Amino acid sequence: MEDFIVAAVKVVVAFALLFTVVLLTVWAERRVVAFMQNRLGPTRAGPFGVLQTLADGMKLLFKESMTPRNAEVFLYLAAPVMALLPALLIFLVIPIGAPITIGDTTYTLQVTDLNVGVLYILALSSMAVYAITLAGWASGSKYPLLGSVRASAQMISYEAAMGLALVPVIMFAGTTSIAGIVETQGANYFGFLPAWNIVLLPSFIVFMIAAFAETNRAPFDLVEAEQEIVGGFHTEYSGFRFALFFLAEYINLFTMSALAVTFFLGGWNGPTFGPTWLVWILPVIWFFLKTFAIIFLFIWVRGTLPRMRYDQLMAFGWKRLIPVSLAWIILAMIAMGIRRYGLPWA
Amino acid sequence: MSMIGDLFGPWKGFTVTFRQMFKPKLTTRYPKHKRVKPQRFHGRHVLNRYPDGMEKCIGCELCAGVCPASCIYVRGSDNPVDDPVSPGERFGFVYEINMLRCIFCGMCVEACPTEAITMTHLFEMSVTDREEGIFTKESLLVDPDGTPNHPLPDTPLIDINELKLGDGWLRATSPSGRAAFEGVEAWSPSARMGGLAPAEPSQESHELGAVSSEPESEEDST
Repeated sequence: MEDFIVAAVKVVVAFALLFTVVLLTVWAERRVVAFMQNRLGPTRAGPFGVLQTLADGMKLLFKESMTPRNAEVFLYLAAPVMALLPALLIFLVIPIGAPITIGDTTYTLQVTDLNVGVLYILALSSMAVYAITLAGWASGSKYPLLGSVRASAQMISYEAAMGLALVPVIMFAGTTSIAGIVETQGANYFGFLPAWNIVLLPSFIVFMIAAFAETNRAPFDLVEAEQEIVGGFHTEYSGFRFALFFLAEYINLFTMSALAVTFFLGGWNGPTFGPTWLVWILPVIWFFLKTFAIIFLFIWVRGTLPRMRYDQLMAFGWKRLIPVSLAWIILAMIAMGIRRYGLPWA
Repeated sequence: MSMIGDLFGPWKGFTVTFRQMFKPKLTTRYPKHKRVKPQRFHGRHVLNRYPDGMEKCIGCELCAGVCPASCIYVRGSDNPVDDPVSPGERFGFVYEINMLRCIFCGMCVEACPTEAITMTHLFEMSVTDREEGIFTKESLLVDPDGTPNHPLPDTPLIDINELKLGDGWLRATSPSGRAAFEGVEAWSPSARMGGLAPAEPSQESHELGAVSSEPESEEDST
């Protein structure tokens, strides 16, 4: 019974946290991009315009939700939910802070720790493709279809690269549990250098590039390239169904940043000091600081780079990222072998 | 060296966008702060009066004729003999501009032989009803003291002082109203602000007379 209550509280907190953070992320994106373009961005709703996303969401809630005449109604209605669900579910396995011990019970700041966490994440991020593909196809309109065809090809290609980028991380950690991967990064090199997986720099770079493509963001935002195919897969969606896609997109952005932090930047690891409550809170602060740094990187790239051409996108994914990842896996394997068994001639 | 330069070249764009974040922003936070409009800004129209309070419009309908959007409706009428509205035979009895149709080209201003119609810097003309978009003579005509009427005078968005900055290029030719007028000249957006351009040193006098060689005295001669 107690387990059930703990799990329920965790789910509710995770849900609330995710939505709060997403509101902030959308606001941050609009403000930062505006600042990079010498504008101010939203400033009216709330202090510095923080509540702008909430206001937009409320507005969309009251807008008419249109259904095109040629739409496959069931799939058309199901697609936004299918987009949101995997985005929400991925967050469940990400630890946002160090385990807290109250009395003799230890609570992990993670809804659940799966021993196949990495596979779970990869599986769910593949599920997101279904939502986009079905949304585009079920709309019964040409631009959404083009967008969804692009989306499926792009996301499948870059998923391969992303999975390969995670292989060295799993090899280093020796586990596919997310909590385990974070814990192995808590050690130190030479007593002061944090043993974050950032030492697997090529993996980190490949993972980040794949993450840009997976979240359909600039410079890989061909899925919703406004200048070519209007809004891509969500062209025909309006009202709160559009809001769900929008929400899913930004939840994906946040979870991808959180995953990058978890896999490569040590997760919640960071210096802790002071009284007990500070020791509990500091890891959470480190985690969110790192995550928002990565989100800033996403926004920065969006504000800087132009969109790639589609053939460049495909060539880059298949002819550059995947060979680089494979070569790096072999190198990492050799390095680990040497570390474990010594040099072959020694 | 150049190899290293080539390596970092593509990344220079990131420093550009990063630097922009700390530069002053171009956004004007509109209802609070308003940008100064250019002098020749084509805002809404006003119908002017002579300094003595007489209406300048003589009901000739040239503005209506020249209007490319056909948004002006004028009907002239004979001046009452004992209480003339404008100097001359006729005056604008009905004067309406459909602001929903107006393209703010300013051709009515050019066509007007008496400078009765000029444009101001006012641009906040949103209405909640299509009928309110038709500005009648009441709202177009300035008050006898020269203050323009605006249909939405209480809105915080309206800065009535902006009306005093009429457009600067068509004011010079207005003669006084009645030759016999001796009272204090009232302010008029088109008569007072512009004045004549100062005389060039080579010029002996302006075409319109009543000009001394001193540029400072231009202000008095209207």
